[in-house]
Amino acid sequence: MRSIIRQNANQPVLPDFRNLGTILRILIAVNAGAAIYAFARDGSPAATFAELTLATTIVEPYLFLVLAVLWMASPTLARLSFATGASIVALVATIVGVVLFATFNLLGPQPPATLLRWLVWALFAVGGLTFYFHLRARALSPAITEARLSALQARIRPHFLFNSINAVLSLVRSEPKRAELALQDMADLFRVLMRDNRDLAPLAAEVELCRQYLELEQLRLGDRLLVEWNVKSMPVDALVPPLVLQPLLENAVYHGIEPSSAPGTVSINLFLTRGEVHAILKNPYRADGGRHHAGNKMALNNIRERLALHFDAEASLESRITRDSYEVHIRMPYRTADPDAAPDHPRAAHGASRNHKNNGTNNRRIAVRARRPSVHVVTEVQHV
Amino acid sequence: MSEPPLRILLVDDEAPARRRLRDLLDDCATALPLVVIGEAQQGREALELLQSAPADLVLTDIHMPDMDGIELARHLLKLAHPPVVIFTTAFHEHAVQAFEVNAIDYLMKPIRVQRLLGALQKVPRLKPVGAERLSQLPATARRFLSVTERSRVVLVPIEDVVYLKAELKYITIRTREREYLLEESLTRLEHEFGARFLRVHRNCLVAREHIRGFERRVGNDGDAHWEVLLNGVAETLPVSRRQQFVVRDIGREPVNGATA
Repeated sequence: MRSIIRQNANQPVLPDFRNLGTILRILIAVNAGAAIYAFARDGSPAATFAELTLATTIVEPYLFLVLAVLWMASPTLARLSFATGASIVALVATIVGVVLFATFNLLGPQPPATLLRWLVWALFAVGGLTFYFHLRARALSPAITEARLSALQARIRPHFLFNSINAVLSLVRSEPKRAELALQDMADLFRVLMRDNRDLAPLAAEVELCRQYLELEQLRLGDRLLVEWNVKSMPVDALVPPLVLQPLLENAVYHGIEPSSAPGTVSINLFLTRGEVHAILKNPYRADGGRHHAGNKMALNNIRERLALHFDAEASLESRITRDSYEVHIRMPYRTADPDAAPDHPRAAHGASRNHKNNGTNNRRIAVRARRPSVHVVTEVQHV
Repeated sequence: MSEPPLRILLVDDEAPARRRLRDLLDDCATALPLVVIGEAQQGREALELLQSAPADLVLTDIHMPDMDGIELARHLLKLAHPPVVIFTTAFHEHAVQAFEVNAIDYLMKPIRVQRLLGALQKVPRLKPVGAERLSQLPATARRFLSVTERSRVVLVPIEDVVYLKAELKYITIRTREREYLLEESLTRLEHEFGARFLRVHRNCLVAREHIRGFERRVGNDGDAHWEVLLNGVAETLPVSRRQQFVVRDIGREPVNGATA
């Protein structure tokens, strides 16, 4: 499965038929269309309802069959040009229509429309939806999407960098070796913060970044900051938006650890289950912390928006407050950079080649593909 | 005759920050006689230290757990010889603008030695910033009330306060254990602590979390009025006629152990 962010949106592209968002949009659009059609044929509520019931008996099986075929054909379709792909979709719609009509005739019930009329409507729907997905892809085109992602990226404010500089300054005279290590960590963090962070990156890299960040914070906060990692079943190769966890940890430290002189634990739990990556981050909740929570909201919204740009409806971010802990739960589809998939096709490669820009091998194209299981990342921080 | 050295106390919740300040003060010591009388991790500890070893200057971080630097400065004013306070902070946040507007000294971290030395040299000519100007700074409500008793400053945690009652010149602070006298304005306290206290009478604020319930009583004159029942304190407080509505209002919100 591709990232929903298009690379070549100036050329029309077919949507990804395995994307939950795509499927939902098709279902809603066609059913809404059927409802409007039923209403238009006879304005009275009773007749509309009868017409609609009749129409859905054939629309739903038809729709599910077409979607099932397209779901199976999705990887193949992704490799074809737009014109061929669109023709195949139209062909699928026609063949499934004919087959379904034949079955209905065989089973007895009179279909609510003639085959010809049915096919005209079906092809009209295919055309309309293809156009809609093209427009949508353009709205999410590289220029616009990247501008939005850059803007979101810029809003991440690394306050901790100032804290870290101060902490390192305090080490320079007494513990030059530790100061050296800390500066190296800072260099890595800066590199990640400053680089182009619009593409998905491996979860392992994000975790490494988080470790470096927390080590810097520990320099400053000492024993007050306890960290609990639970990453045994973490899918290291899962691709996630860069800086999806680090800002949350920054919040956890700011809101959960700094306001108290007692030690507190930040816990990070990453695991893969049923094809989804989960991240649960927990930190102690201080009701009387007196810290304004606007900054926290901003970070959450920022990450939520980036998740939506990358994964559409397949990712979510939820936060909740329990009695003494604050918890953020992120759910993302499990995607990996698969070097075997369709190396030369622009669409298959979309979203992938740039993932490896940092390796300096821009010509090595890699398809981003969803595996059946997805990875959930859950981050929690607990009050100890 | 040389001047006595400047006596300095460092307050910061982060050990590296204190160490860095010490290093910098060592550098300044060649240009200006000074002595660091101690370090504290938080405001309460700082106040304790200063009661036994007075200082001329307190260098304190603004953001600290439990008691922040601004609150510390307010409590320090109650000492017999209040020290000058210079704040330190890592961020140039909008809050810092308030320091500039009110001409209150602060040092931005990372602190430069020249800047620190300049600030130290001014100290002998400075007077502690008064409560009035400190209250202009954006601050969260204090965690403690401070009262002076036999020339010592005593901190009363705000969550221990059962009620505050204005009497002539003073305010009586009632905790479960005892009473303290405080010289502040009840209106200001009500404003500062907001929803924590409930005004039941022109002269009385009661901590919501300590209210056990209300009781209808008929006085000697035959008039009925409400009395506040308190957790852990036997006495009751009358609700004035004007504030009767609080009895009705509080019945609608969850209050710990209230049996209205």
